[in-house]
Amino acid sequence: MKIYIIGAGISGSLIARELSKYEVEVHLIEKNPDVGWGVTKANSAIIHGGYDDPPGTVRAQFSSIGNKMYDQLSKELDFDFKRIGSYVVAFNENEVLYLKELKERGRKNGVTNLEIVDVKELKTKEPNINENAIAALWCPDAGITEPWEVAIAAIENARKNGLILHLSEKVVDIVVEKGKVKRLVTNKGEYKADIVINAAGLFADEIARMAGAEGFKIYPRKGEYILLDKKLNGLVNSVIFPTPTKTSKGVLVLPTVDGGILIGPNAVDLPVEEKSNLSTTKEGLTEIYGRAKHLVPGIDLSYTIKTFSGLRPENNRKDFIIGATKIWGFINVAGIRSPGLTAAPAFAKYIVEKIFPENLKVNLVKKKEFNPYRKRIPNMSYFNLEKWDKLVKKDPKYGKLVCFCNNVTEGEIVEAIKRGARTVDGVKFRTRASFGRCQGGFCGLKIIEILARELGISVEEVKQNYRNSWIIDGKVRI
Amino acid sequence: MRKEKVDVLVIGGGAAGLAAAIESANHGVKTILLERERKTGGVLNQCIHNGFGLHVFKQELTGPEFMELLWEELSKTSAIVKSDSTVLKIAPESKEVTVLSREGVVIYQVKSLIVSTGARERSLNNLGIPGARVAGVFTAGVVQKMVNIYNRLPGHNVLIVGSGDIGLIMARRLKIEGMNVVGVVEIMPEPGGLIRNVVQCLEDFDIPLWLSHTVTEIHGTGRLEGVTVAKVDGELKPILGTEKFLKVDTLVTSVGLIPQNGLIENFVEMDPINRGPVIDDLMRTSVEWIFAAGNNVAVHDLVDFVYEEGKIAGKYAALYALGEKLPGVKYNFKRGNNVGVMLPHRVTGEIPFKMYIRSKKILKSCEVKFNGKRFRIFNWKIRPSEMLDLHLNKFDAFSETTNVEVNELE
Ligand SMILES: Cc1cc2nc3c(=O)[nH]c(=O)nc-3n(C[C@H](O)[C@H](O)[C@H](O)COP(=O)(O)OP(=O)(O)OC[C@H]3O[C@@H](n4cnc5c(N)ncnc54)[C@H](O)[C@@H]3O)c2cc1C
Ligand SMILES: Cc1cc2nc3c(=O)[nH]c(=O)nc-3n(C[C@H](O)[C@H](O)[C@H](O)COP(=O)(O)OP(=O)(O)OC[C@H]3O[C@@H](n4cnc5c(N)ncnc54)[C@H](O)[C@@H]3O)c2cc1C
Repeated sequence: MKIYIIGAGISGSLIARELSKYEVEVHLIEKNPDVGWGVTKANSAIIHGGYDDPPGTVRAQFSSIGNKMYDQLSKELDFDFKRIGSYVVAFNENEVLYLKELKERGRKNGVTNLEIVDVKELKTKEPNINENAIAALWCPDAGITEPWEVAIAAIENARKNGLILHLSEKVVDIVVEKGKVKRLVTNKGEYKADIVINAAGLFADEIARMAGAEGFKIYPRKGEYILLDKKLNGLVNSVIFPTPTKTSKGVLVLPTVDGGILIGPNAVDLPVEEKSNLSTTKEGLTEIYGRAKHLVPGIDLSYTIKTFSGLRPENNRKDFIIGATKIWGFINVAGIRSPGLTAAPAFAKYIVEKIFPENLKVNLVKKKEFNPYRKRIPNMSYFNLEKWDKLVKKDPKYGKLVCFCNNVTEGEIVEAIKRGARTVDGVKFRTRASFGRCQGGFCGLKIIEILARELGISVEEVKQNYRNSWIIDGKVRI
Repeated sequence: MRKEKVDVLVIGGGAAGLAAAIESANHGVKTILLERERKTGGVLNQCIHNGFGLHVFKQELTGPEFMELLWEELSKTSAIVKSDSTVLKIAPESKEVTVLSREGVVIYQVKSLIVSTGARERSLNNLGIPGARVAGVFTAGVVQKMVNIYNRLPGHNVLIVGSGDIGLIMARRLKIEGMNVVGVVEIMPEPGGLIRNVVQCLEDFDIPLWLSHTVTEIHGTGRLEGVTVAKVDGELKPILGTEKFLKVDTLVTSVGLIPQNGLIENFVEMDPINRGPVIDDLMRTSVEWIFAAGNNVAVHDLVDFVYEEGKIAGKYAALYALGEKLPGVKYNFKRGNNVGVMLPHRVTGEIPFKMYIRSKKILKSCEVKFNGKRFRIFNWKIRPSEMLDLHLNKFDAFSETTNVEVNELE
């Protein structure tokens, strides 16, 4: 039996890792040159408490379970996960009523440890909140992580356990015969496939159409962000939400795992043709600044590091579309909007443990030698200096700093390339080099040099990310 | 982890740090200079244009030539230079400095410390300009390094953002190396750099300068495909309807330098306007054993000034390490009318010193006053981009809090 997963976002990568626990041939096909560069790359990075999704939805079914799975998952895969908790802040009595509603919704979703706190308690933990706040809903379970790192880690671990990864390969057709999946066609070739799992993010509707499975449309809803410098560390200690409106959770203020402050997102619906439109806009940035400042007046844009945006894969059912279809062997993991990150570990397990045996009548056999552990690339913020000193003595490259803003050494960059980084962004997402305040001013050229050296290519051939993202044109004089 | 004792430790081997190490070693104390790059020299390495050294060496040198004079001077001293060595942190209570190099982690126990870590470039991303995130957007310093040190070009058609001296110099450099330099945009109504550079770098090379213009959007997927520029009004806001699209694959930004003080800003008194430590005429910070010099104190126009500061810091850090009692502060300066960047912030009144001031606005001509008393008239146009330097050797106009102002003359 051959299983093909389409899409190496958080969904596809966690499903791949789950399947790598079993005796079966699993392939993961990703059109980008690296993993985690789809929706998974740009979002709020919150592992939500699970209280806010409408009871009875598929979202609600998976998000509170997913949340609880993160402790174990982050231990096995050695990625950053911090359970810092979240507050939904109310500014008037109407909003306080809404907090009560949210608390009740949480109870229905199985989230029983929510608490409505008064402004005094809120202020002791979050002294920089707007003076006019009157109460807040405290959710101790909410956490933050680095979403692309989860995908990278899951895939590293799955590959150790046998996963076959195909990068820069795009699925263009799915051949179905007599109601069953037969073959998968990509821009590079054709493969015999028994089961295809559609985890293609914003493009899951196109993939479903290729298979002739029931129709749904995915349209992009943009969310813009501003990332602020570590200097503002401590401005907020937990995830701060405003009281939500009907359409969105609102603009949040939250710490990132490495100590910066993130504000955003807004919500702007884009036409279906614009699934690649990741540009930020003046209107959007102005809006999130205004809203974030209302929550936390100390927000100061002179500490801006960069702006970015993400696209939510929305569909008109406003819910995840997860499960088997009328085409035998074709499984949808589509419409994975927020809180997809939170829910992914739970639905990955559900697909393998429930859909496979119950809907497909496929009973996979567990591997005896599955190794659940993956170790992160060594990083100074997790080592004490004694330990780091020993590492340098073993490999002096760990003694050569390349990125001064985030303290990343040449050793880490070489290790990232060994593990699969092929581009500047590949290095950046694996090590945080050039992610800091100078945005590559000191280290950009050095990373290019190291990539060229390690990959045996010229510096002109090194790319920022995608195929046409060349950085250096050529020699000045020959 | 190895531990080592040293009298004076210098962090950063740019012009300031080299000068400081020379002077400190010349006072007979054990001096170590740490540089995080492979080579010392700092920004001088990549500044192959001339205009360095007029004040201190009385000749017009390129950056590397200036640097080599410092190396020569340094080689005659006992100072030890360690490159590829980055200071990770300073412990203010124990006076321990943690350093990472290929040798491992080393902890230096110091008597006094000189911080000369220079400045970094502000990146376009830091400005939050909306649009696509693409390859092909560089800071001027990165392109300068790419062209002058790596011998590589960044693209074909380039727009420069910012008309400070670095932006102007890079416009000329890229044109000479065969790129199509579409122009230079400057958000202010006046060029940021020296008039000499506007003439020699732009006018002589037919490169257009668009004043009161800014980049409002970045376009492209993968590599940069173009930018939108627009005229701005008096409040520097883009004027609707003036947008135009420029097809370029490269954007080079020169939008300011930011002093680097991450190592000390949490325990040394800082000046939010200079973005550097509060400093006295001995280049001493609020922590008596920590001295500072160079672009990390405030961004300087001329390497000569940086060099002089380094020498002062080197001398007093060495004397402190020798156990000499240094004079205390007697006079403080307070920013009055129109004073932007200003240093020093206070003085001992024991030695002649130089004061540097940047006016907040462009003035037709001006007078500098201390406590209401005129000290000097500048009979020419004054811009924020050019530092005024004042030589002071009499202190009678000063008081415990001395008001400094720069007034426009009619
Ligand atoms: C603004 C915003 C904020 C969010 N905040 C949160 C949050 O705080 N917490 C939370 O839990 N969730 C959040 N989410 C949701 C979460 O980010 C997503 O649910 C999740 O990342 C979706 O992952 P995915 O793997 O399904 O999709 P993706 O990450 O998009 O992965 C799909 C992959 O499929 C590939 N692909 C597509 N077509 C093809 C093809 N034809 N052939 C081969 N490969 C193909 C793509 O290149 C892509 O890599 C947020 C989302 C957004 C946009
Ligand atoms: C592009 C450009 C053009 C210029 N043109 C002229 C001109 O024509 N004429 C003129 O007189 N002046 C010019 N200047 C100004 C002058 O060159 C600078 O003011 C001067 O060289 C700055 O010296 P510095 O020592 O303060 O800083 P830098 O040269 O920046 O040196 C700082 C050093 O500290 C090191 N460092 C930082 N942090 C650490 C750490 N934690 N551990 C170890 N090392 C560290 C850095 O690697 C660097 O080498 C120009 C400057 C620039 C940028």
